[in-house]
Amino acid sequence: MTVEPEMDDPRDHFPIGMRVLAVDDDPTCLFFLETLLRRCQYHVTTTNQAVTALKLLRENKNKFDLVISDVHMPDMDGFKLLELVGLEMDLPVIMLSANGDTKLVMKGITHGACDYLLKPVRIEELKNIWQHVIRRKKFDSKDSNHSGNQDNPHSGSGEGGIGSAGTLSDQNGKLNKRRKDQNEDEEEEHDEDGHDDSSTQKKPRVVWSVELHRKFVAAVHQMGIDKAVPKKILDLMNVEKLTRENVASHLQKYRLYLKRLNSIVNQQANMAAALGSTDASYLRMGSLSGLENFHTLNGSGQFHNSAFRSFPSSGMLGRLNTPAGLGMRGLPSSGVTQLGHAQNSSSSTVDQVNFQQVMLPGSHNGSVLQGMPTALELDPLQHIKGVTHARELSTAIDNRTVFPISSGFPDAKITIGSSSNSLLGVTNNTLMLEQNRQGAQGGKVFGNQSSVSVASLNSEFPSPLMDHNRLNDNWSTAAQSSGIHSNSFPLNDCFKQPILHHNNLRDNMSTMALRIGSNRCDVSSVTSMPPQLQDIRADMQCQASLISSNAEQISNHAPPQGWDDHNQDGSYRLNVMCSSINSMIPVNSAVGPTGQGLEPKNTIFLANMDFNSIGQSNFNDPLYMKYDLVNKSAAEASLKLKQGLLMDQRKPQGNHISSNFGSLEDIVSAMVKQNGLLDWIDDCLIQELAHLLKGYSSIW
Amino acid sequence: MLGLGVDRLRADMNRLLALLFHQGVLDEQFLQLQQLQDESSPNFVSEVVNIYFHESEKLLKNLRGFLMEREFSDYKKMGIHLNQFMGSSSSIGAKRVRNVCVAFRAASEQNNRAGCLRALELLEHEYCYLKNKLHELFQIQQQRVLAAGVIYPMHN
Repeated sequence: MTVEPEMDDPRDHFPIGMRVLAVDDDPTCLFFLETLLRRCQYHVTTTNQAVTALKLLRENKNKFDLVISDVHMPDMDGFKLLELVGLEMDLPVIMLSANGDTKLVMKGITHGACDYLLKPVRIEELKNIWQHVIRRKKFDSKDSNHSGNQDNPHSGSGEGGIGSAGTLSDQNGKLNKRRKDQNEDEEEEHDEDGHDDSSTQKKPRVVWSVELHRKFVAAVHQMGIDKAVPKKILDLMNVEKLTRENVASHLQKYRLYLKRLNSIVNQQANMAAALGSTDASYLRMGSLSGLENFHTLNGSGQFHNSAFRSFPSSGMLGRLNTPAGLGMRGLPSSGVTQLGHAQNSSSSTVDQVNFQQVMLPGSHNGSVLQGMPTALELDPLQHIKGVTHARELSTAIDNRTVFPISSGFPDAKITIGSSSNSLLGVTNNTLMLEQNRQGAQGGKVFGNQSSVSVASLNSEFPSPLMDHNRLNDNWSTAAQSSGIHSNSFPLNDCFKQPILHHNNLRDNMSTMALRIGSNRCDVSSVTSMPPQLQDIRADMQCQASLISSNAEQISNHAPPQGWDDHNQDGSYRLNVMCSSINSMIPVNSAVGPTGQGLEPKNTIFLANMDFNSIGQSNFNDPLYMKYDLVNKSAAEASLKLKQGLLMDQRKPQGNHISSNFGSLEDIVSAMVKQNGLLDWIDDCLIQELAHLLKGYSSIW
Repeated sequence: MLGLGVDRLRADMNRLLALLFHQGVLDEQFLQLQQLQDESSPNFVSEVVNIYFHESEKLLKNLRGFLMEREFSDYKKMGIHLNQFMGSSSSIGAKRVRNVCVAFRAASEQNNRAGCLRALELLEHEYCYLKNKLHELFQIQQQRVLAAGVIYPMHN
């Protein structure tokens, strides 16, 4: 490789000497890739660890032109690395994998990869990867970094200069043509000295650290994503040495990021709506991981402060899931009032960020969310925080659909035994649905929620339950998978979140309910659910038919007239929940009906069921006064029922889930013994529940 | 005599390679490896293959360990190992090994333990065969180097 004189067309020589950072934990592939890249005359640096790669990249923003990274790495997910690099360094990233599954490729694209290569890599493909660098540079303003720069750090700094001084230019190339022309001009007459000068004139590339990003997000939220302008954001952030251009380009990226997540969630929502169920699982993953990535700007950040972070998620989940064993009454009115606010304080943003970050650890820990549904109880302190978070989340949602994923309270149900990913995803879906189509989508929302929870149970990304016919087959499967999850759940340390305190349940529930209420979907969703459920039920197996028959009976009573009917409504809800849950059970072929350990699954299933209805009933309760809900009493009834169940489940000390899941009958009887909560729960409801439980047991 | 030795060795090597290609043990990716070997990286093929052997043995040991567990259930983890094995095998052109990995992965996705065990055995078998043949190949190449001495430049 020789230094080519600038007289030649720079484009011819640019690829030569392009600085590539290759990351792959497999030494064979890494060595192979390195050799290939060197054969293409690039300048190669390799590392087998993503964290090392990030360190290298952060050390000197301008040291590399391109990053190639494997998808599956032990220390950090390749997609996360992708996001971070895109956000912090704005470098083109190419993903590499032996697995060419469409979903993975899609995930790569949505996370911002410029390309996705399959192993084995061919040299012909590598010969072309420089185009991604050029493409990105073209859309960056001014300086291009190199023509004929081979191992030249100046090109890096030039590029950095471009990036920072770059203004609104972004990897999306929103830059106007003028700049592009400028780039070309500069490229052509570029020479190293000139390049040096121009590059030294440019400001150093800004590192968007977690703190910085948090401030940014807070400022944006304060103004509202649509109304945020770089100048104001800059003022709000009040950070020295940050220029308007830096903020502008970051804002653009952020918007795209949200849009991408939004579209994914929308897609899912649409799918869910169309199918009456959602397969939010992989969408969730995408969005969740995306969000996580976005917010955990430094890779290691995701785990830090996990206690705090996990709180919000658990809190929310707890709120959603827990049957407010301690009493749905006395729901704090603050929640209601909070819901109305459109503005989030910056702390909420932080919380959101944290929340999302929590999600990440959760998933790593085997899903915080999994633990959520079963007797998540928050510390009183946390509860308050959780409420705050929830509120903010919901408000955030008002402003934007996707970003405040954590605010997806209605997804509480979903969170049941779901991976964190699914939770978030579902949340988004639900929220978005609610936001966008309140009332109309009630059924969908409900469907989403249920499906999400079910899906999450599998902790896979089951394909959407589109097919009613599949329900039959998958019902037991789902039960199993959910069983598995719930079983594994207590084993995880995700409970390091300060979760379980009874007192919070109620409050959480109320807040959650409030949120749901604000969305107004739950009640209507329940009612609108029946038709779908009825269809689904028809396809269900016998145990399902138990539920459906019950539901059918009860549906006649919906909307409830009042408290009198609440028992029936509750059971209806229960049934509905069951049905929906059943129907929502993702078709996860991986979780074959091996017929193992059915018992726990039953319990989990039921527990989930409860959660769903509880969530809804929570929603109803506080909103009763404020909204014109149809199934208030139904919600209440189911909520109480759930409370009872949950209470019982919560009772056992450490691992509520495992102990609770041991026996459905115990739960039922525990419910009966609940102090005051079950007062109003009709005996028949309990009996029905027990019957259902027995039915499930016999089936499994 | 030196020339004869070199030629004969070369013929041996080509015959072996042809056989391996014919059997589907190797595919054109292996040819790419050979093309990457040149003056600047004269031992590239043997280096990368040795790394591959080293890693693969670790992976196989882990896979065997998983399936020997009585209550093994972490198919996902196994899938990750398989993915890596697939990636490295395809990168060096070990076609049959890679194909068995694909079947293995399918079995693991279905949590089919018996299927996984069968696939693992097949995988170990294929891997052993590949390893033996490649060792043989490298031996021939080494002999070629020795036979050629300084008189003939080394080309694959």
